[in-house]
Amino acid sequence: MLEIVRFNLNGTSLEARTDETILQAAQRHGVEIPHLCYNDGLRADGNCRACMVEIEGDRVLAPSCCRYPTEGMRVHSDSQRARQSQRMVLELLQSDMPETQYTRHNELDIWSQKLGLGKPRFEARKVVTADLSHPAIAVNLDACIQCTRCLRACREEQVNDVIGYAARGVATHIMFDIDDPMGESTCVACGECVQACPTGALMPANNVGMEVPDRNVDSVCPYCGVGCQLTFNIKDDRILTVEGRDGPANHNRLCVKGRYGFDYVHHRQRLTRPLIRRDDAPKTVSPDVDPADYASIFREASWEEALEKAAGGLCDIRDRLGRKALAGFGSAKGSNEEAYLFQKLVRTGFGSNNVDHCTRLCHASSVVALLEMIGSGSVSNPVQDVAEADVIIVIGANSTENHPVAATFMKNAAKNGKTLIVIDPRRNNLARHARYVLQFKPDTDVAMLNGIMHSVIDQGLIDEDFIARRTEGYGALKTHLEHFSPESVAPLCGISADMLKTVARVYASAKSSIILWGMGVSQHSHGTDNARALISLALISGQIGRPGTGLHPLRGQNNVQGASDVGLIPMMYPDYQRVDNVEARKRFEMLWGTELDPEPGLTVVEIMHAVLDNKIHGMYIMGENPAMSDPNLNHARKALAHLDHLVVQDIFLTETAFYADVVLPASAFAEKTGTFINTDRRVQLGRQAIDPPGEARQDLWIIQQLATRLGCNWKYDGPEPVFEEMRKAMPSIAGISWQRLEQQGSVTYPCETESDPGQPVIFIKDFPTASGRAKFVISPYKHAQETPDSEFPFILITGRQLEHWHTGAMTRRTRVLDVLEPSPVASLHPDTLRALGIQPGAPIILSSRRGKVEVTARADDAMQPGQVFLPFCYHEAAANLLTNEALDPDAKIPEFKYCAIRVSTT
Amino acid sequence: MEAKTALPIKRRKTRSTPRGRSVEPEALAQVQARLGDTPRRRDLLIEYLHNIQDAFGHLSAAHLVALARETGLSHTEVYEVASFYHHFDVVRESDTAPPSLTVRVCDSITCDMFGADELVERLNKILGKDVRIQRVPCVGRCHSAPVAVVGRHTIENANEARIKTCVEANIIDAVSEPYINLDAYRNEGGYSLYESLIAGDISAKTIIGKLEDSGLRGLGGAGFPAGRKWNIVRGMNAPRLMAVNIDEGEPGTFKDRFYLEQDPHRFLEGVLIAAYVVDVSEIYIYLRDEYAACRQILQHELHALRLAYSLVHPPVYLRRGAGAYICGEESAMIESIEGKRGMPRLRPPFVAEVGLFGRPTLEHNMETLYWVRDIVERGPEWFTSQGRHGRKGLRSFSVSGRVRKPGVHLAPAGITISELIDEYCGGMLDGHVFHAYFPGGASGGILPASMSDIPLDFDTLNEYGCFIGSAAIVVLSDKDDIKRAALNAMRFFAHESCGQCTPCRVGTAKATQLMQQPHWDQPLMQALAQTMMDASICGLGQAAPNPMLCVMKYFPEELTDDSKCWK
Repeated sequence: MLEIVRFNLNGTSLEARTDETILQAAQRHGVEIPHLCYNDGLRADGNCRACMVEIEGDRVLAPSCCRYPTEGMRVHSDSQRARQSQRMVLELLQSDMPETQYTRHNELDIWSQKLGLGKPRFEARKVVTADLSHPAIAVNLDACIQCTRCLRACREEQVNDVIGYAARGVATHIMFDIDDPMGESTCVACGECVQACPTGALMPANNVGMEVPDRNVDSVCPYCGVGCQLTFNIKDDRILTVEGRDGPANHNRLCVKGRYGFDYVHHRQRLTRPLIRRDDAPKTVSPDVDPADYASIFREASWEEALEKAAGGLCDIRDRLGRKALAGFGSAKGSNEEAYLFQKLVRTGFGSNNVDHCTRLCHASSVVALLEMIGSGSVSNPVQDVAEADVIIVIGANSTENHPVAATFMKNAAKNGKTLIVIDPRRNNLARHARYVLQFKPDTDVAMLNGIMHSVIDQGLIDEDFIARRTEGYGALKTHLEHFSPESVAPLCGISADMLKTVARVYASAKSSIILWGMGVSQHSHGTDNARALISLALISGQIGRPGTGLHPLRGQNNVQGASDVGLIPMMYPDYQRVDNVEARKRFEMLWGTELDPEPGLTVVEIMHAVLDNKIHGMYIMGENPAMSDPNLNHARKALAHLDHLVVQDIFLTETAFYADVVLPASAFAEKTGTFINTDRRVQLGRQAIDPPGEARQDLWIIQQLATRLGCNWKYDGPEPVFEEMRKAMPSIAGISWQRLEQQGSVTYPCETESDPGQPVIFIKDFPTASGRAKFVISPYKHAQETPDSEFPFILITGRQLEHWHTGAMTRRTRVLDVLEPSPVASLHPDTLRALGIQPGAPIILSSRRGKVEVTARADDAMQPGQVFLPFCYHEAAANLLTNEALDPDAKIPEFKYCAIRVSTT
Repeated sequence: MEAKTALPIKRRKTRSTPRGRSVEPEALAQVQARLGDTPRRRDLLIEYLHNIQDAFGHLSAAHLVALARETGLSHTEVYEVASFYHHFDVVRESDTAPPSLTVRVCDSITCDMFGADELVERLNKILGKDVRIQRVPCVGRCHSAPVAVVGRHTIENANEARIKTCVEANIIDAVSEPYINLDAYRNEGGYSLYESLIAGDISAKTIIGKLEDSGLRGLGGAGFPAGRKWNIVRGMNAPRLMAVNIDEGEPGTFKDRFYLEQDPHRFLEGVLIAAYVVDVSEIYIYLRDEYAACRQILQHELHALRLAYSLVHPPVYLRRGAGAYICGEESAMIESIEGKRGMPRLRPPFVAEVGLFGRPTLEHNMETLYWVRDIVERGPEWFTSQGRHGRKGLRSFSVSGRVRKPGVHLAPAGITISELIDEYCGGMLDGHVFHAYFPGGASGGILPASMSDIPLDFDTLNEYGCFIGSAAIVVLSDKDDIKRAALNAMRFFAHESCGQCTPCRVGTAKATQLMQQPHWDQPLMQALAQTMMDASICGLGQAAPNPMLCVMKYFPEELTDDSKCWK
């Protein structure tokens, strides 16, 4: 319980809480004390000594940022002795400052002015040269006052552990790694240091920090599912810089993409006019992708003409060949309102349930398993709950690259003594902080997890009460697990029986344990089985339904959670009400005023097959790039080229757009207002900061224009009325009004009434299944569909990189990100390269039964020998040319994480 | 160093390895071989760095990367620590590795008075390129200045001929003189007090009582009453730890080394008694790296002690400093034992409450523990009855400078400098007239010969802006330059400042610049001094202005001679 302490500051009696320092109490009461190394949110370090105060009875002065008031303490911040010190400290620092200003907000100057300091009387130190080696961050240590705010930001907040304080005395300096140029260091350009620096020693590159924005707009980040809140600083209607905001998911933190990856919206290749395919430009399977030069394939057209042609072609197919002959891919990056209208267009305009989006390629298996076993497909606890947990398992997720800000909280938890367990075939960047690292053999998740569960039972660590009250089917699971002793699975998964037993003991016996997972678990032909095993592990241990526990599939796209929630999927209406459920259908028929198709539609890869089977003839694709993201691209691209009619709505001429008959120029994230749902089930508001360029239009407008021409009678004059309709359709967000979002910025669902604050932790009393209980489903051990053999002896693992987002449409058009990772690269263990006689940095060819690519070889000992990692963001070496479209039977998700390849130099 | 610029976009090639440096297999194998089976713990980092530096003569960047991998630390954490300590030579790709042999010449106050500067100049001319000559701060042999160390081999009263001989004959090892080993110590009644204690024949309370009655205060410089400290730490929650400070680095001080090289067990018995009374679970002894002979002695005798009393005393870990005076500050020493940069902590909380590894810690200077046996066996009155001019107890004065008999002199506390010089040091050297003295090393200030009747003890010098500290007395004559000595002291502090806080890091540098001017800007220096004393985190910054202030206060005549300007 926090108490109050009364103390005296400069003659006035003040109250302070026992957890606040003299400086914090003073600030709260409006008394200014100069300070530099202290920054809200960072641990106080007390090194600059600008905040010195006199405490009666103390021999020396005290740093007010680090001292707590005691009852009756008498403090003076404005006495002659205190002021003398404060001023002298500022003067000493000023004497070493350069003439050049690197920032408009130099805190040293601000305090110097406030204290009326004149010209410093000391000789300056030797000048330090600038380090401009990094494309995003300018390092000018001549302005450094050694306050170590950057160090604490890097080491304690983001825990990227790049910045250090080297040498001694007057030679002490901030440095990176082993005193390396920033551009050559392990720096991930999260920019936390830039945000922390008080004097401009660390600033965004190219002096943009000195420009004065005209205005700023609070919004959220377009990239990943963490849903960081940020602020766009705009000048001349262009985004100048981005800063982190104190949102519930990020607390001012950002990563390199969110902070420095915004200039794609201004790229010269932005689509600004509708395009129609020329009559003399037939579709070819291989996209000759030069988005700068498309005049031989497309001609510019007016909106009227383009919309007529687009809708006309779709209507024609619908009327001539039947409703099921059309399909739509919506976007996981667009807003909920756009996704909602898109699925409504397909269901009421096309007349079928053939609507899907990239969740199919992502967490479809996780969602199927969750729905099946606990009745709800979204996370049970937010990422922030890692701070509440005692044990944190991160499996099949490269979170420092793909959810960087979320990973910072996992690292914070590890540093706070929580037990972090990292399970992944690659020794990723989180592993260094983990207590236990299980670098297991790819494809053996089920065996390994079954082995762990066997051991939980064997060690008597199951939560019998939880199993009895809240689950059903445990008996069958227990019998099934008898075949999976740790000793028997150890050789399969490559993890010792001892380690499996340790993980079992640590996870199950902790008070609170949480599991987070990613594509390593889900993107397999047995992805659903993988997820089932994780869920079973949590259920038998009773580690769900409380803070610090639960199941968290880390959602990838900024709005993939939202897109699924609002029904952009073939088997469910909004809020996961099944299309083949009579009551659900009747409700939506009433809400939407039309008959609806009772049959679930086709999923992403099934649609590609249906196209080649001449079942589907026309498609409408918004903000998706299946020509890069689908497995077995030669096949998928053949399907796209085979379509009679393809309408693509996007911001760039993507690889998919090259197959289009009509291309509609759309709005980028910063150009629209809408709601977005992050991985934690937080509904957040993205606000429009700038206008779309040229004749590009709001996606919401384009969808409605097409819908009208398809016979729908819609009149939504903005995102707000769409959101209101969504609330009617979706009980989970019924309590969230637009006004509430505008005020609060973020509301977690379920939020069923207006007075409901939103529920971050769910399944506290029961599960949303028919019986209220969770259902165990057994995971048999199966192999990947295509395993290595003598012809194709290596395992291919595809995935992402920190700097690039998915198919690269945005990030390869971003200056900083493209410079950091400019060209296709595959990672192999150095021993593997040596055995192949290949030098790191040499070109290599990767081929599978389905295709081949040429990339640069990168030596990375985080890999295991025999395995190759390939990111799928490079169009010139599209990884999915190699991948296998073997599908998980329940979730229809492709096996992106495992297929067989050959590595050669020719 | 040229400004590094970003390459234009087109020319950037993709990396052949992940961001930053990769582990080199050869370097990793070397590090693993050197570290062997020792546990990979963060707090052993400095021990690992010594291990690699000793084997290869320097620390390559590849070794640091490999070490980071082995310990689970980041590159920057390892480099931060390595770059803090002057005994580590980090060699990056663009640097050249130092020659395999280093000759260190001390240039602190006394050695400077005895010609260290000229010695270095002459060495530079006669020693080849295969030898690195380094100026180093006080190595603790001021009574035989000037001092040089060839590798680890100390040459007292050094001259270039003797140094050259050692270099050419490759005499580079530390040599210790005969000393009282365990058997000899026990034969003279050593450890009988300890044995009585553990047998229960004498109680912990009794021992603490005797210490309190004796008035024994910390002899490293801080002067905290020992008995009271034992009581305080004893009352804290277990586990409690103990940390012994043998980082004797105050210029002019060499008493700890003196006693260690003669009678190490008298000190170790004090350690074990303290550990038993306060009931600590682990003991860490931090020994400055410059005392290589002491390290040999302690390693040997600790081993013998382990065999003799293995079941009884808690584990004793010997840790090596790495060339940082600041690690003589108790909390900086603790940081160093934890494997980090030796940067003092903010107090509160105090070390007795939150110390080593966050546990309540009993921290003592080596000499304080050395006197425990005598005080208990002979009784507090034996101690308190000694003393002069109303003061009580004994002090080991490390005396150096222009006296006939420099060295460690055990004399009554409260003795004056005149008495010390006349009765113990055989008077001034021929041709030298007593002119000034440092009563407490570089940090205790400087007093003129006209103030030679002040009793030398705790508290007696404070009103003069001085203090006794570790009782390191440097005697200057009319042949010596006071301004030069004061500047030597300030430069020492600037060199040794940990760099953490503004008043010390920047203050010592600016003060050095001001002191090098022909005309001293006294008001500015006074203002600067005030802030350094008021606002520095630790005693280094707080005491650094003392010599400078003393020159202004007690030697105004030095400041009128504008022609003398030292760089």
